[in-house]
Amino acid sequence: MRYTFVVLVENKPGVLNRVASLFRRRNFNIESLAVGPTENPEISRMTIVVECPNGDTDAHRLEANLYKLVNVIDVQDVTHLPTVTRDLALIKVKAGPEQRAEVNNLASIFRARIVDVAPDSLTIEITGTEDKIESMIELLRPIGIIEMARTGQIAITRGTQSGIRRMPGLSNYYETTLDMSEVAF
Amino acid sequence: MKKKGAQILWEALVREGVEVVFGYPGGAIMPAYDAMLDYPIHHVLVRHEQGAAHMANGYARASGKVGVAMATSGPGATNLVTGIANAMMDSVPIVCITGQVPAHLIGSDAFQETDVTGITLPITKHNYLVTRADEIARVVHEAFHIARSGRPGPVLIDLCKNAQFEEAEFDHYPPPIRLPGYQPVTRAPLHLLQKAARLINQAEQPVILCGHGVLMAGAEQELLYLATKAQIPVASTLLGLSAFPASHPLSLGMMGMHGEVHTNLAIQNSDLLIALGMRFDDRVTGVLKAYAPKATKIHIEIDPAEIRKNVYADVPLVGDLKLVLQDLIPLVEENDHSEWMAQILAWKAEADQRSIMNWEPDGKLHVPHLVREIWNATGGDAIISTDVGQHQMWAAQYYAFEKPNRLITSGGLGAMGFGLPAAIGAWFANKDREVWAIVGDGGFQMTAAELTTAVQEGANVKVAIMNNHFLGMVRQWQEFFFEKRYSAVDMLTPDFVKLAEAHHVPARRVTRPEEVQEALQWARQTRGPAVIEFVVEREDAVYPMVPQGAALHEMIQRPPRQRA
Repeated sequence: MRYTFVVLVENKPGVLNRVASLFRRRNFNIESLAVGPTENPEISRMTIVVECPNGDTDAHRLEANLYKLVNVIDVQDVTHLPTVTRDLALIKVKAGPEQRAEVNNLASIFRARIVDVAPDSLTIEITGTEDKIESMIELLRPIGIIEMARTGQIAITRGTQSGIRRMPGLSNYYETTLDMSEVAF
Repeated sequence: MKKKGAQILWEALVREGVEVVFGYPGGAIMPAYDAMLDYPIHHVLVRHEQGAAHMANGYARASGKVGVAMATSGPGATNLVTGIANAMMDSVPIVCITGQVPAHLIGSDAFQETDVTGITLPITKHNYLVTRADEIARVVHEAFHIARSGRPGPVLIDLCKNAQFEEAEFDHYPPPIRLPGYQPVTRAPLHLLQKAARLINQAEQPVILCGHGVLMAGAEQELLYLATKAQIPVASTLLGLSAFPASHPLSLGMMGMHGEVHTNLAIQNSDLLIALGMRFDDRVTGVLKAYAPKATKIHIEIDPAEIRKNVYADVPLVGDLKLVLQDLIPLVEENDHSEWMAQILAWKAEADQRSIMNWEPDGKLHVPHLVREIWNATGGDAIISTDVGQHQMWAAQYYAFEKPNRLITSGGLGAMGFGLPAAIGAWFANKDREVWAIVGDGGFQMTAAELTTAVQEGANVKVAIMNNHFLGMVRQWQEFFFEKRYSAVDMLTPDFVKLAEAHHVPARRVTRPEEVQEALQWARQTRGPAVIEFVVEREDAVYPMVPQGAALHEMIQRPPRQRA
């Protein structure tokens, strides 16, 4: 299944490459990866959506391997937690004067905005969950999508709760992941 | 005080306790080599940069310190790669320093420019590209800290030429470390220690699996105490050998693909495995789904990424092995497993009947016998470094290691060409100790040029070439699994005696068993390096053998002796 990790890393050259290389080397497939600065200029935040065919076992492996990178400061698994997740898409559609109203209608239904108008095209900006964006794309497809750009998903947990941390040193690895009921005593 | 970057490098290395650097100069590292002349660090000029990385490895493992290798940019750096990958797989602390083109030329495909940090990214614990002189002191200090702490490993510093020339302030050392993401765990929580202890106290057929981590953590005494207190037999991985004395009644020797029969049977029949500083490599477990099916597993390991990677650990204890064992031992009760040991010894007695060690002399040289002769000649106390292949397995099986860090071999990577340079590195760690490189004819040819390095340095390293004129291990696999269709394994070898003599190394060839002891004594009495070529039986095979994909107890055992 798909897992979403929030990874805090040192804001240094080459760190993105280290993280991406790790996923490749350990044979994981990244669905999306979004990087940006945080409130602390020395720290960048990555939201990584990744396919984990073996569920929590893979998630644990990934976290443990991420921590092997010296520049990785914190890894949280937010997959199973209430989160606000957002993706942003810019979609350019082929639309002359006669289709503008239709596109405009769709945009308002999705609370999207038209950010550029040209004689034979329109560019729409939409933010939201991946599902919402996918739905909008499907409705725009018959009209004719010329090109599209997406940021990839970013996520933040709701409230003050943080994501699950499985690794030692940063929190209690054992209590959160290793189900000790598996051990018979 | 202002100093040049190249000077800061050596100031820092001296302060990190570096006594010897293995390297090879070239354009982009020339300022560092110039500054080196003013500092009390010995430089060993290797003949190929791979040799430098392997020597740093041998030095690190024999000394317990960080080994240092140095090379120039481009081809110098890429020649280090095999040695770095080898150190990564075997968790050996080395720091590699490579020159790089000036920062303003990076990305321009300048002469001898290679993306070394990119190339070595997946085979280093961490690496640095240094573009300014004022970064050097901090980076060197961090590199040594990262290399030696936690799960040790190689760290590479790629040093731009301009950073070596430019000046920066150098006042106090060590500079503060800024590694917010690097916090190795050292101790395991009490409730898990208690669970582990309860399992140990209740177990009836326990086995301790001793890995390289025991040596890396310096936990040999703790292991000995745990094993004797609870009377638990100890099986070793290839790299764990020498951590537990082979002569100890609880020692089971090596496990795995070429492990002892009784050792593998003990593991397969065990009800509790206590894995210490090892990673359940596929060469150790056989096919995973049939591995030790009845055993509960306690896994004590410093790297959380190894927990449940291959084998499901019921109780994982992440931490420094020495500290975890110190915490665990008081919770473990004195115990007796004499019934279990008797069972294991019965398996051993049965297997020993087929042992090559019980053969009548047949006038030929067999590597197991030669290894035992080397053991006899050296009092079992030499540092043995090996190459990779049949001779490596025989050295592991038949040189009964009594004291820690006496076996230096390429385990995880299995890098041929490791034996000779690693032996030279090990000699630098302790110049009074006897060092033997046991190598095959194939691997030796990969790095034989380091013989002159040994001569130039007066390195007292003895080389035993086991020459079967074959790439023996591949030949064995072709015999067992490819219907004896020998493909690219029959090897013409040079005249090793002349080859050695051309490198200014005295050498002898031995073809008959009665010459062996005298030749070994001759080599031991020779000052500096010496080479003996043993012309051995061509088609011996290493037994027992667990075929790839088989369970650990499904061993091919040595067939009964066929009389001619």
